[in-house]
Amino acid sequence: MPFIPHTEQDIKEMLHTLNLKNTEQLFSEIPKNLRIKHYRDFLKPLSEMQVTRLMKARAKKDKAGLCFIGAGAYEHYIPAPVWDLAARGEFMTAYTPYQAEASQGTLQTIYEYQTMIANLTGMDVSNASLYDGASAVGEAALMAIRANRNSETKKILVAQTLHPNYRKVAKTIATPQDVEFIDIPYNKKTGTTSLKELHKFRSEDITAVVIQQPNFFGGIEEADKITDWAHEHNALVIAVVNPIAITLLKEPGAWGKKGADIVIGDGQPLGCPLASGGPYFGFMSCKKEHFRTMPGRIIGKTTDTEGKPGYVLNLQAREQHIRRAKATSNICTNQGLMATASTIFMSLLGAESLYNAAIKCHQNSHKLKLMLTKSRKIKTLFAGPTFHEFVISTKHPTHTLLSALNKHGIQGGFDLSHDYPELGNALLICATETKTDDDLKAYAQAMQKVEAEL
Amino acid sequence: MSEAIFELSQTGRKANTQIINLKSTKININNKYLRTNKPLMPEVSELEVIRHYTTLSQENFSVDTNFYPLGSCTMKYNPHCLHTLASLPEFLNRHPYALPENSQGFLQCMHEMQTMLKEIVGMPGMSLAPMAGAQGEFAGVSMIRAYHLSRKDTKRTEIIVPDAAHGTNPASATMAGFNVVEVKTKPDGDVDLKELKKKIGPQTAGIMLTNPSTLGVFERQITKISKMIHDVGGLLYYDGANLNAILGKARPGDMGFDVLHLNLHKTFGTPHGGGGPGSGPVACCKKLIPFLPIPVIKKSAKQYIISSTGDHHKTIGHLSAFCGNAGIMLRAYIYLRLLGAKGLDRVGEFATLNSNYLMQKLSDAGFEVPFIERKASHEFIVSLRKETKQYHITAMDVAKRLLDYGKHAPTVYFPLLIPECLLIEPTETESKQEIDKFVEVMTKIMHEIKKVPEMLRSAPHATKLRRLDTVKAAKEPNLVWKKQ
Repeated sequence: MPFIPHTEQDIKEMLHTLNLKNTEQLFSEIPKNLRIKHYRDFLKPLSEMQVTRLMKARAKKDKAGLCFIGAGAYEHYIPAPVWDLAARGEFMTAYTPYQAEASQGTLQTIYEYQTMIANLTGMDVSNASLYDGASAVGEAALMAIRANRNSETKKILVAQTLHPNYRKVAKTIATPQDVEFIDIPYNKKTGTTSLKELHKFRSEDITAVVIQQPNFFGGIEEADKITDWAHEHNALVIAVVNPIAITLLKEPGAWGKKGADIVIGDGQPLGCPLASGGPYFGFMSCKKEHFRTMPGRIIGKTTDTEGKPGYVLNLQAREQHIRRAKATSNICTNQGLMATASTIFMSLLGAESLYNAAIKCHQNSHKLKLMLTKSRKIKTLFAGPTFHEFVISTKHPTHTLLSALNKHGIQGGFDLSHDYPELGNALLICATETKTDDDLKAYAQAMQKVEAEL
Repeated sequence: MSEAIFELSQTGRKANTQIINLKSTKININNKYLRTNKPLMPEVSELEVIRHYTTLSQENFSVDTNFYPLGSCTMKYNPHCLHTLASLPEFLNRHPYALPENSQGFLQCMHEMQTMLKEIVGMPGMSLAPMAGAQGEFAGVSMIRAYHLSRKDTKRTEIIVPDAAHGTNPASATMAGFNVVEVKTKPDGDVDLKELKKKIGPQTAGIMLTNPSTLGVFERQITKISKMIHDVGGLLYYDGANLNAILGKARPGDMGFDVLHLNLHKTFGTPHGGGGPGSGPVACCKKLIPFLPIPVIKKSAKQYIISSTGDHHKTIGHLSAFCGNAGIMLRAYIYLRLLGAKGLDRVGEFATLNSNYLMQKLSDAGFEVPFIERKASHEFIVSLRKETKQYHITAMDVAKRLLDYGKHAPTVYFPLLIPECLLIEPTETESKQEIDKFVEVMTKIMHEIKKVPEMLRSAPHATKLRRLDTVKAAKEPNLVWKKQ
């Protein structure tokens, strides 16, 4: 049932104004052979009550057990006010803030967002968001090519410990513009980027190095050393970070002697529900000297004709609606509402709660690691510290193990065997602050049972 | 404007019930990896957060609060139950890597939506992967590129884009590695075929077209254009950002297009969120199916699955970490179920009726409508070039004055080829009475242009802030808050 308010009388009067007999005449310019009368009758219209019943039945099918899957999407507690506020019609049903005087709510919120992201990452400026963490890698690579005047190539070194799908997306986005991505292998003992492998590129012209902290395996990279190595070799550093983790781990602005140059990541942990993988948002911040090469919207503070402070879409000359084919990116609509939700999320938690959440994630994950590896059949694959994810190797094929765990109400983790076949039966497990000691025990017990069964 | 939230901070204040209490702060990570400072974040109470962002929200115009005839943006009503039902806990809690046995509800919705959208556009291939319109465009032109390359046809380096096209079209073509060649539009609003003929050849990879165009008229020569492009070996890309005008009336697949994207956040009722998130699925003809972005939702004998293999062996690749903006797709699915095929048929009819009615009324009120001889699509153009010359007011002045009357401004200065233009799109969800009120306001404004143009030049007057200085914003960039 469409949302059309017209009464018969309205239609009559409107057609009269147009001097038409019927609405069909409105379509007289569409060539006859292209006209359809109606769609194949695929589905009957439903009322809201009927659609509610339908969707509840569908949702029921997706009910699942305790979630210990991470791999780029993390279950965190989202305070009630976050979506109560973000879902207000005034935020949710506004367009991109082109008319600044009618959009101060969105504009100021995003200005505050930019401030929080810049401070969180230790950078000078932030944009208003990108689609997600994965596409941000592609955009950051293209940005690095614009920003690094010391490099004449388009070669980007990418740690193999970066999320496999982030690497794939970056390739889709940036290779048409001749960007070359080169994977840097990881150290098989530590599961972190091998400095030795990196050093093999010492005599090549490299535009940028991409590393993820904590990395895809949950491990902690030697970010200081990698950053210094990159800068010694005239390459920029693109840091891919988890926004909650960096309240505990060193922020990219403090990496090495000079700090990372461009910081990106997925903002999902900051108030976006798991929701089947999106919408989330990509964040991007950078050092002052590079901000004019940034893609996407940026909000700036200014004044009105009476000198009162206010906010506008800034530096639009970089963007597609002005520069067209020469724009820094084609991005137009970004993930504004998700950035709005994250601003409210960060305001509610503040620095202290974000830090406590990070610690609790780490502690829970560490506890679970100890519980699971009590069994002689389960070993952690890598030595070294982890944040809130870790990798175990198991006797049984990972997918068999996962479906068995699922039957015991545990979503056990992410199967690494497709993306990293060299690791054998490897499982990536995550525990966040949402898990209680009982939840962790439930996982350990389910694992015991499953091992006995298989 | 309100104070920035950081200015409300009091050292040590917090939202107490949101604190996670720790038994100890013990961690198993060496100090050298740890952060040594606290990032600057607000120190405020929960109530302060709520008041601050509630107040800010009230400084926005939105579809829920105002008539919002922003051309090319399709600001229709976003049914509230879309958000309510997409927020059912099982949908919100579903991890993107959940096992298929825990995902059949979501996947069935997505699979059914693919089927419906294919019927709507008249094409057999579809991927829901792109996260917004511009990414859908990029996917589409990348598929064109991959198609030519797969046939070892390496000389096709150019994409044709009409001068009326949205800025993302040329930007997306560049990102996909093409050179952009512009073609002109004739005074009647259709593409200049003589010029097009001169510009196409063995170097042409394809053309990007919107139909109806951004001028708000249907491209009547579309079948000819399709033949011309196909004859030189090129492909046709359809920018389906706004499908509102042709819902139930015509299908891009029938017009000869090979690939397209749709903006679910325009035609299919999902909200714009003050700048996203959107969703931009791509559809294509049979020969382009192998090139579709992955993953794609499929139905196997036993269950629905998310697939990255099989038919799409020549895929352009992944576009997002997971499966696109799933929550937006779920909302669009609910919208499609509410309307059904019959309801969709009527969307095009009433979007077009409202647009033509408003066009006629504004023309009667003395506004220049450059394409008044044509039928309007879901949107139309008004030009203020005469008023600019005679009274020294601009399209922007009119836009700002509309805000004083509580109406959001139409799109201004787009498309670029019509000077001092307003692009107006009322959508099908506005009533005749609401449109009549807008006509009244525009009539008043026409009177003001002639009698008190200064009122317009200094507008807006009734908003919390007066006209903002964008030149200063660019000259002295202030992009993050700092303690004074």
